Amino acid sequence: MQESEPEPLIVAFCCNWCAYAGADLAGTSRISYPTNVRIIRLMCSGMVHPALVMDGLMKGVDGVLIAGCHPGDCHYTDGNLKTERRVEALMVMMEDMGIERERLRLEWVSSSEGEKFGRIIREMTEQIRKLGPSPFKSG
Amino acid sequence: MSKEEPRIGVYICHCGTNIAGVVEVEDVAKYAATLPNVVVAKNYLYMCSSPAQAMIKEDIEKHKLNRVVVASCSPRMHELTFRKACEDGGLNPYLFEMTNIREQCSWVHSGEPKRATKKAKDLIRMSIARARLLEPLEKREVNVTSRVLIVGAGVSGIGAALDLAERGFDIYLVEKMPYVGGRVAQLSKLFPTDELALDVLNPLVQAVASHSKIQLLANSEISAVEGYIGNFKAKITVRPRYVTENCDACGECEITCPVEVPNQFDYGLSQRRAIYLPFPDAMPKRYLVDNNSCTRCGTCVEACQKKAINLEEQPREIEVDVGTIIVATGHDLYEPQDGEYGYKSCKNVITQLQLERLLSENGPTNGQLTLDNSTPKRVVFISCVGARQEPGIYKPLKTDQKLNRYCSRVCCMVGLKNAIEIKRRCPDAQVFYLYRDIRSFGRGHEEYYMKAGERGVVFIRYRPEEPPVVSNNPEGTIVTAYDVLSGETLAISADVVVLNVSMVPSTSASDVQSVLRIPMGADGFFQEAHAKLRPLETPLDGIYLAGTAHGPKDITDSSVMGSAAAAKAAILLAKGKVELEPTVAYVDLTKCDGCAMCVEPCTTKAITIEEYKEKGTIKKRAAVNDALCKGCGACAATCPPKCIYVKHFTLDQISAMINAALAK
Repeated sequence: MQESEPEPLIVAFCCNWCAYAGADLAGTSRISYPTNVRIIRLMCSGMVHPALVMDGLMKGVDGVLIAGCHPGDCHYTDGNLKTERRVEALMVMMEDMGIERERLRLEWVSSSEGEKFGRIIREMTEQIRKLGPSPFKSG
Repeated sequence: MSKEEPRIGVYICHCGTNIAGVVEVEDVAKYAATLPNVVVAKNYLYMCSSPAQAMIKEDIEKHKLNRVVVASCSPRMHELTFRKACEDGGLNPYLFEMTNIREQCSWVHSGEPKRATKKAKDLIRMSIARARLLEPLEKREVNVTSRVLIVGAGVSGIGAALDLAERGFDIYLVEKMPYVGGRVAQLSKLFPTDELALDVLNPLVQAVASHSKIQLLANSEISAVEGYIGNFKAKITVRPRYVTENCDACGECEITCPVEVPNQFDYGLSQRRAIYLPFPDAMPKRYLVDNNSCTRCGTCVEACQKKAINLEEQPREIEVDVGTIIVATGHDLYEPQDGEYGYKSCKNVITQLQLERLLSENGPTNGQLTLDNSTPKRVVFISCVGARQEPGIYKPLKTDQKLNRYCSRVCCMVGLKNAIEIKRRCPDAQVFYLYRDIRSFGRGHEEYYMKAGERGVVFIRYRPEEPPVVSNNPEGTIVTAYDVLSGETLAISADVVVLNVSMVPSTSASDVQSVLRIPMGADGFFQEAHAKLRPLETPLDGIYLAGTAHGPKDITDSSVMGSAAAAKAAILLAKGKVELEPTVAYVDLTKCDGCAMCVEPCTTKAITIEEYKEKGTIKKRAAVNDALCKGCGACAATCPPKCIYVKHFTLDQISAMINAALAK
């Protein structure tokens, strides 16, 4: 890795009950993944306002991950299902703005899926690296 | 709203070498000190230790800190610890922020210390950005109504009611059937003691009927529940019995009634009249009229010496205030498909529960084990009917049949009990027990299983891929089975075939669910909050589970769960107050235009639109019921002007974190 090449920045919104706990488990299990992700803890993936995602992407965040509970497991019954619909709408908006769909990723991570969390981060970092920096990155 | 400048104290934890072994903690502390509003930046070996917490409290006072950030392990570990330390130090606990630089940094990037250190700095910068925008919040305390609503008066509901009543709390015990006692009332004997079910049940039923603290509402159902933990309002519909308290159960009305319908208490093995007493020991001991089959001929009214029959009686609605609710609504039994193992298609194929009724003294044959007027000489039991139905292996007779994949837990013991009982009554009878597995896990159960073998019950193991086939034959019913252990296929001519049916969710469960909004698992039974650590609670605070409503279990486990749920409910009632989390939704009234986009996504219906007058015009705006709000943020994410947000998780705070992540 060249030090001069900018590292992709991935912001991950993780729900307190499942995904954040899954990320913690990855740590407890000493699973390794790249250092590119910055996790923001929310109570529910359904808390993510689409404007937060679009703002972030347009300010130069290279990738956004939204991680919530598996359908049926949401602590608030169906917050994650609302997230799913919002992400669909976001993908359409992103296409309109000329942002690659792959920069937004929605995943269900349970509190016991530490391995899965690590794998998602590894995969996504590679993918975003291949896509290159965000089209909105300031020079 | 605090208008003073943020004065932030930042503490970086070494966590021994867990963090410091990868992240350069001193460097990170030095970096934190350079950030705006940071007044104190320290690093320390173990921030969760007593001296470290004392240091935080000291610094709050000394440096007049109004925000504290601790960078250490996961907030899921120690957020409460540090919040308490701040509170003890005189700082509102919601002005505390935690950065996860262990589980989500040092532990996952141990091979990249330079990058891990940079990431730690970024994460702390993000936390500080959020901390600047945090607001003090106060937990709300509400009173707990000192009464409990128990839905279901089977053995677990009764147990819970007695325990709570003994503690001095008032109980509403609601039962949909016209009698209490649930499914145990329909059993003959209990395993492994072989006591009579009614001998065990009747004292409990008497106790519940006579306890001054228990208001028993039989023939009733909950129709609506509103509110939240400590403060529920429930509507109960008391269905009419059409027979008043003057009834002395003399039975004259029953004799004169011209209508006959199948008796569900006997699982259809006998008939009853439209006016009936469910069974001789039924409590309340009062006749009732089945509205569906009554022809209103009035013969019973004439016959009643006590003038106790009132065919004009109307349903009553009662509204009660309670602090907690226990759901003990029980189960139903699996009804085999027509033709499944010969059910309804072959002679003398009955379910285990129908056998219980035949063996019961108050049953259709007064406890005589006879079918077709003869005592069976050969009885075949088939286990796992309606349970352990594996897709691909079990062949349903109807394509849309929902498969029960679970094991029903109690059927093995019930089957063994009845096999032993048949041998006891008819020592010359041959009893074959066709099983997949024998699950005799409880106290005294394994010994009981051995007893069955010693009494001469013949055990034949079958594979689910080759289930027994029950067919009609000129001589009678034949059961053909491949015996796994001997490798032989047996054809047994059976006088009676007993199907060991599973427990299934009660048909009323979906009604209860729509009233209480508690979740069901994939198997249709009510879902507990956590399988291991919170088996009695539902995700709705203040609503607890007991008995077979939660899943198949025997009387022992149902009783235990009833008492346990009572203990849980009692905690709340004994405290008398409950604290509500302040991280609830909040509307910025200066921006809200009442568009109502936030109303529909709210699963707890906490948001309503209210009208108000401004400068002579009627306007609309959103209003949040703090007590119902769970703080999920679904509303915040749908608001176009971004003016509803969850306190402590505001859009500004999250935005600030994203901006800080982007900063160099």
